[in-house]
Amino acid sequence: MKRNKNTMTDRIRIGLLLAAIVLLLLGVFQNGHIDVKNKAIRICYECIGIG
Amino acid sequence: MNEMKIKRKWLQLISAVLYNFHITGFVKGTIYQGNFKSACVPGLNCYSCPGAVFSCPLGSLQTALVSSKYKFPYYMLGVLLLFGVMLGRVICGFLCPFGLIQELLYKIPSGKLRKNRLTKKLSLLKYAVLAIFVVAIPFIFLVPGFCKYICPAGTLEGGIPLLSANASLQQMAGSLFCWKVILLVVILLSAIFVFRSFCRFLCPLGAIYGLFHKFSLFGMHIDEEKCNHCGECLRRCKMDVRKVGDAECIQCGECIGNCSRCALHFGVKHK
Repeated sequence: MKRNKNTMTDRIRIGLLLAAIVLLLLGVFQNGHIDVKNKAIRICYECIGIG
Repeated sequence: MNEMKIKRKWLQLISAVLYNFHITGFVKGTIYQGNFKSACVPGLNCYSCPGAVFSCPLGSLQTALVSSKYKFPYYMLGVLLLFGVMLGRVICGFLCPFGLIQELLYKIPSGKLRKNRLTKKLSLLKYAVLAIFVVAIPFIFLVPGFCKYICPAGTLEGGIPLLSANASLQQMAGSLFCWKVILLVVILLSAIFVFRSFCRFLCPLGAIYGLFHKFSLFGMHIDEEKCNHCGECLRRCKMDVRKVGDAECIQCGECIGNCSRCALHFGVKHK
């Protein structure tokens, strides 16, 4: 019973890992990392409490 | 101090330094603008900190949600999913600078408030903060709600150092800055008396990583054959855990040394 549960957990884990990689690749493909950089290289007024 | 505790402290310190090694920024009152900022660190670390070399995952998520009507936030969802599945709340215990600051404050000798029914209920508050300030407000009002109204890391690591070194920013500070400083002081003071108060009750990043507690690759696991369910691990733990390795567990591993049956282990789960 416990073995089945562990197998199921492992399968979900692998599925989530694959989903993460697919999302990351899609994100890079649509320049999501550039958007992150463009926000982060400017002072975030909201973050520092003046915006 | 046991070996696990020493290793953890070193990792916390090293990660805090690695996240913020743009030292000249503190002197000049400017922030790093290089390519590393395309990548997010796993812990809570403001990207407007003058030393920050990488991006904050929570700030980047909110920014992605603000513009999600035009662009689905694949990248940030992928980043958070990857961190969650690989490490989960190991990040809170080992790789979060704001967690380290709170743990150091807790070392100040004073009366300590132990976990109780109220703190267990308050630990649910971070899920509300996640839903309202990180998801709903950015999505509906197009404002990074958590960064703007709550984030103490932004005030401590970004606001105070930048305003100290930059006169033009000082002139722009108003009531919002006052609110964030007051909130920061309350959170830091509370951390002296309550172990990791911000992480337990308010941190939405911890809430996100907590969702992965069953599936994260690394973390605490119990050898059920050795465990006699004495509950010593839960009694000694300062977090609001109901079971070792649950959503509230920051996977610090301090319970390992308290287990007389050697039933607790840290590492890759389900080898």
